[in-house]
Amino acid sequence: MKQVLAVIVENKPGALTRVSGLFSRRGFNIENIAVGETVTPGISRMTITVEGSEKVIEQVVKQLHKLINVIKVSNLSNEPSVMRELMLLKVKAETGFRSDIQQIVETFRGKVVDVSPDSMIIEVTGNDDKLEAIKLLLQHFGIKEIVRTGKVAMLRGSMVTRES
Amino acid sequence: MKKKMVKGSAMILSALEKEGVEIIFGFPGGAVLPLYDQLYSSSIRHLLVRHEQGAVHAADGYARVSGKPGVVFATSGPGATNLVTGIANAYMDSVPLVLITGQVASGYIGTDAFQEADITGITLPITKHNYLVGTAEELPHILAEAFYIASTGRRGPVLIDVPKDVFDQEAPFNYEKQVHIKGYNPTYEGHAGQISRAVKAIRDAKRPVIFGGGGLIRAGASGILREFAEQAQIPVSLSLMGLGAYPGDGDLFLGMPGMHGSVTANYALTETDLIIATGVRFDDRVTGKLDTFACNAKIIHIDIDPAEIGKNVTIDIPIVGDVKLVLEELIKKLKPGNTSKWLKQLETWQKEYPLPVGFNGRESKLKPQFVIRELSRLSGDNTIVATDVGQHQMWSAQHFIVRQPASFITSGGLGTMGYGFPAAIGARLASPDSKVICITGDGSFQMNIQELATAVNNKLDMTIALINNSNLGMVRQWQNIFYNKRYSYTALHGNPDFVKVAEAYGAKALRATNNNEATAAIEKALTEKGPVLIDFVVDPDENVYPMVAPNCPINQIITGGDY
Repeated sequence: MKQVLAVIVENKPGALTRVSGLFSRRGFNIENIAVGETVTPGISRMTITVEGSEKVIEQVVKQLHKLINVIKVSNLSNEPSVMRELMLLKVKAETGFRSDIQQIVETFRGKVVDVSPDSMIIEVTGNDDKLEAIKLLLQHFGIKEIVRTGKVAMLRGSMVTRES
Repeated sequence: MKKKMVKGSAMILSALEKEGVEIIFGFPGGAVLPLYDQLYSSSIRHLLVRHEQGAVHAADGYARVSGKPGVVFATSGPGATNLVTGIANAYMDSVPLVLITGQVASGYIGTDAFQEADITGITLPITKHNYLVGTAEELPHILAEAFYIASTGRRGPVLIDVPKDVFDQEAPFNYEKQVHIKGYNPTYEGHAGQISRAVKAIRDAKRPVIFGGGGLIRAGASGILREFAEQAQIPVSLSLMGLGAYPGDGDLFLGMPGMHGSVTANYALTETDLIIATGVRFDDRVTGKLDTFACNAKIIHIDIDPAEIGKNVTIDIPIVGDVKLVLEELIKKLKPGNTSKWLKQLETWQKEYPLPVGFNGRESKLKPQFVIRELSRLSGDNTIVATDVGQHQMWSAQHFIVRQPASFITSGGLGTMGYGFPAAIGARLASPDSKVICITGDGSFQMNIQELATAVNNKLDMTIALINNSNLGMVRQWQNIFYNKRYSYTALHGNPDFVKVAEAYGAKALRATNNNEATAAIEKALTEKGPVLIDFVVDPDENVYPMVAPNCPINQIITGGDY
């Protein structure tokens, strides 16, 4: 079962290594991890997607809490939340195919952010399903390169996952 | 008012003084030269070891006995990496340490400079927390945090890596012992609702067992545990790390459970309907095959570390908190229990399955069990035993009667050969009024034998009981039982004459090859000044029984030996 954790950490040297190292040395598999600053200076937020049973996730959360730099850990999986990921795709795009590609990109509310004589870079955000769907369609033209940020997630409504 | 500027090295020593540190265990080197120079102007004693691993094990032994963090100095690179085993050992057994290592100067970091190693990176998984200091200005805060983190919550080692130039930098020094760390708030008080549930479960139990561990000793909870057990008439089994938390000759004591535990303790933990687990972590050496462990019992688990609860076994009533405070709360609501039927059953098992003592009547070889029993009998109550790792460790756990908490010092979690002798040195320094005995094996002792120089040089009164079977006995035992007697590389050919080695270092030494010599040697050694080594030449074929094969149910016991 995939679970999404929001981990609030003090932005100290090595904080990311401590968190990611904890996963690997305890045999927990991180699917993806995205890190950025929060609204509070000095505090960062990691969104971590991890695969595992409820028991495994419980242990992951407890072990994360033990890290001195970790302030708060929330499991967003069972709460209504918004999840997004950004993906850039470099697609083969010879002159005859460009409008077809353009059309697909528009359907998925993506953007063409770069064009060269034989390729285009597409930017698209969304959840897993959406990104997989557009990837599938663009494969038809030939994908030269993909880069993804990893998921970020936020609870719906007025509830916040903050350090206090 | 302008604050007084202080050098980094001076800050470290004043912080240690303010923390009440009496002794530093260490070994100098290039990157810590400024710190060692500063030691000249400090009142704190420094114990010079012969290998950094000796320093960290000694600090560990000191910390276990004194209850205060052990402090270690080492230089960068090899100095720091030589600490790694000792740090991992302290981490596994939750021992508070503050380790200060030198690092190459700031400008050289990351260049593979001479004697550089990324020690914060290396020790990330084996420290409770660690720091690479950027400037001297950060030092007071980091030092205060380090002592606070090491000695609160679940204890553990904290490492501070200091670049050489930072020792010489000057900055204002304002030391505040009280620190607040946002993400670090250990829970000490147990949850009232869970405590009530626990009381009810204890009241309803017919066959309850207290299963206690090292957490009891770290929390200073031995007194209250004893009161609790006696008031509720609940028998006590203690893990290797917990030995001494309840008197080894106490009426309700069942012995140690697990792989080399007593038959009674293992039967009790199998047949029980309620385990009251206090400061233990359900190590695989105790539980055996997990899904057969206490399958008909409810389990109450009291631990300061929430991550331990439910990690290995499913817990019915979790109580996160300081085990001493929680037991104090529990005892208030507890009535004297009636467990006489259960206690009678346990007594029957105890009579039926006593520990094998190795007297087989067929030969006159010296038996290690006899040696340990004599050490226990002759040394008296006020004795601290530090053991190494192997057969002698298990025989010590079985046959040495440990009556006081923090008086059985052993490497439980990591199983570190080479731990015992330097740990005994630390214990000696922490408790000048106790007798100190190091029980070691010929394999383990040679892993830190060089610390004989430290013991001799510092005139440390201690008995080193070397259980010498010329083999890596525990590994040999496994080869004997599980590998069809194929003794691959466990015979220690080329062992030195240990009496001569000890004498070469300037220590006294004796040898015993039979019972009478053993008793006489122990009597003599215990009254001598300085370190005395006794080379007990024992039967190499003796195995540790009872034994439970790894990953087997703990009531499937190989009794093997002669009763």
